[in-house]
Amino acid sequence: MADRLQHEQAQREAQRQAAHGVGIEIRGLYKLFGPNPSLHIDKARAGMSKTELNEKHGHVIGLRDINITMPAGCVQVVMGLSGSGKSTLIRHINRLIEPTAGQLLVGGTDVLAMNEADLRAFRRHRTAMVFQKFALLPHRNVLENTVYGLEIQGLPRARQVEAAMRWIERVGLKGFEDRYPNQLSGGMQQRVGLARALTNDAPILLMDEAFSALDPLIRIDMQSVLLDLQKEIKKTIVFITHDLDEALRLGDRIAILRDGEVIQQGTGQDIVLRPADDYITKFVKEVNRGRVIKVETIMEAAAGASPSRVTVLAGTLLEEAARRLTESGEQTLHVLDESGKVCGRVDMQRMVAAMVTPAGGH
Amino acid sequence: MDWLEKFPNIDDDVLRELKKAIDEGFRAFTRAYGDAIESFFDPLQYFLIQSERFMTNTPWPIIMLLIGAIAWFASRNWKIVASALVTLALIGLFDMWDDTMKTISMIFVCTVMSIVVGIPIGVAMSRSDRLQRAINPILDVMQTMPSFVYLIPVVMLLGIGKVPGLIAVVIYAIPPIIRLTNLGIRLVDRDVLEAADAFGSSPWQRLKNVQLPLALPTIMAGINQTIMMALAMVVIASMIGVQGLGQPVLKAIANQYFTLGMFNGLAIVGIAIIFDRVSQAYGLRLQKHRQVIHG
Ligand SMILES: Nc1ncnc2c1ncn2[C@@H]1O[C@H](COP(=O)(O)OP(=O)(O)O)[C@@H](O)[C@H]1O
Ligand SMILES: [Mg+2]
Repeated sequence: MADRLQHEQAQREAQRQAAHGVGIEIRGLYKLFGPNPSLHIDKARAGMSKTELNEKHGHVIGLRDINITMPAGCVQVVMGLSGSGKSTLIRHINRLIEPTAGQLLVGGTDVLAMNEADLRAFRRHRTAMVFQKFALLPHRNVLENTVYGLEIQGLPRARQVEAAMRWIERVGLKGFEDRYPNQLSGGMQQRVGLARALTNDAPILLMDEAFSALDPLIRIDMQSVLLDLQKEIKKTIVFITHDLDEALRLGDRIAILRDGEVIQQGTGQDIVLRPADDYITKFVKEVNRGRVIKVETIMEAAAGASPSRVTVLAGTLLEEAARRLTESGEQTLHVLDESGKVCGRVDMQRMVAAMVTPAGGH
Repeated sequence: MDWLEKFPNIDDDVLRELKKAIDEGFRAFTRAYGDAIESFFDPLQYFLIQSERFMTNTPWPIIMLLIGAIAWFASRNWKIVASALVTLALIGLFDMWDDTMKTISMIFVCTVMSIVVGIPIGVAMSRSDRLQRAINPILDVMQTMPSFVYLIPVVMLLGIGKVPGLIAVVIYAIPPIIRLTNLGIRLVDRDVLEAADAFGSSPWQRLKNVQLPLALPTIMAGINQTIMMALAMVVIASMIGVQGLGQPVLKAIANQYFTLGMFNGLAIVGIAIIFDRVSQAYGLRLQKHRQVIHG
């Protein structure tokens, strides 16, 4: 009886979260690798460098004082070079890795307080994960791989297959249900990985360099698939990448990681326009700014003016605005707010200036 | 300079007393628990007898059909099926059918026992480095100890007959299956295991859905080796009353019947080849989806 009550409660909670989404809150997270991390955590807190801690005490700092708030329904990108601690960070969210210190709240629930059974239920119902090397079960075909999450939840077979088939079709694998992973290309294997994660219908999707192993064209293709899907599923997605272009394309918010520390976080535009240090400046130099900066960021105030021949909505990217302007042959466009009123003005020269990398910036 | 020519050994009397004490201890143990242990193995005896009765009482065409069918489903290769049937036919022609059936029955039961006992031990070993460190040397000893030595305590404990023979064979043949189960599970791709964890698999689901299936080709290699070793031991076990192809060989040695020994020896080789090819082909088939075709 108590069991059933608890089960119903859990279901109601799951429904509530499905409707409103689940945010993730990481506070003061530390991870030390080594035989006795808790012994050395204070030294890491006091700011001892990664090399010093490693040489003197034989412990590797994986993550240092991570604080990130990931709002529900958003794509949070974590970007950094290889070895910066991205995989370590994302594995804390479903506790595949135990932190040395810190707090982790998912949808307001303290994940670190969960016992083994709670944690299993949490992984089954609240998170799903996509892996860099796909990590499909080689002895199972596409359908059998896709149902895996539901199968271990013990759902009736018919429901498993129904949900799986829907997502297999949605990621473009219809007709391939009977193929085995080794009969598929990398791009298709990752579609299976994506379908497997989506079939779980968890509010949180964790993607660790999910597209990094794919060829550039396929990768862009998969990014589009994900962006399309996200419009419909509105999950909280944590997306890991080492590629800034990918980060800017996918991320509502981006956190940049270096040597286990967050060195900047904000929207893509924040990062491109105001890089926190030389390291990030170097990164953003090669970026196509026209695809990141929005018109309202660079417009001159022109509230209340009557709209000229070319108008764009606030939120339009510079590249798109520039194309419209060029096609029209005009020199100036007006920016409209949601209500359709003019709120600003941008001319061609201003636009081009914003799209090229500032000279001397390094 | 006496001590240079002859290695200074423990005093003869002390040594004799030591051996006597151990033997007597073991004998006392046998007297106290022998009956209990024997009745503990009763189900095994039943299994052995039923299996042997089935193999010897079933008309030969049905047995041929059965073995052919098993060979086909395991290997999907008609050449293997054909050579298995030809081998059996030759064995029958040379009047060794009954003994061969008894040996096959014995091997079958030994293999089942080795799997039932060996796989759980291998699984346990794969989960704990400490257990692995403890069991590995035992397996080394089991594999290098001359096989005759196993017969002694088994006979003291259980006397002569099928069950002691079975136990001696299983002790001799079980190490590969334990080792390769352990190895196969330890070699399972960490990424796939992590995925299973990330989706919330329980330890049992992880074992059943990921570790065992992915380790299966390796485990099959272990089963194959176990069968081969069991076949080798079955001849030796005939000294303590295991019936089958081993007994004529034993008789041939005692009476210097060269041809008798040769025929029975060849029959053993024949069924060894059948078992080997069929189980290897099955292992290979298990790996069909493992090979990387696409990067
Ligand atoms: N189990 C571990 N033991 C020791 N060091 C580790 C372990 N896992 C990761 N690290 C270290 O932590 C750092 C971050 O690794 P990782 O999170 O895999 O980086 P990324 O995914 O960004 O490439 C690396 O320096 C790595 O050597
Ligand atoms: Mg990584």
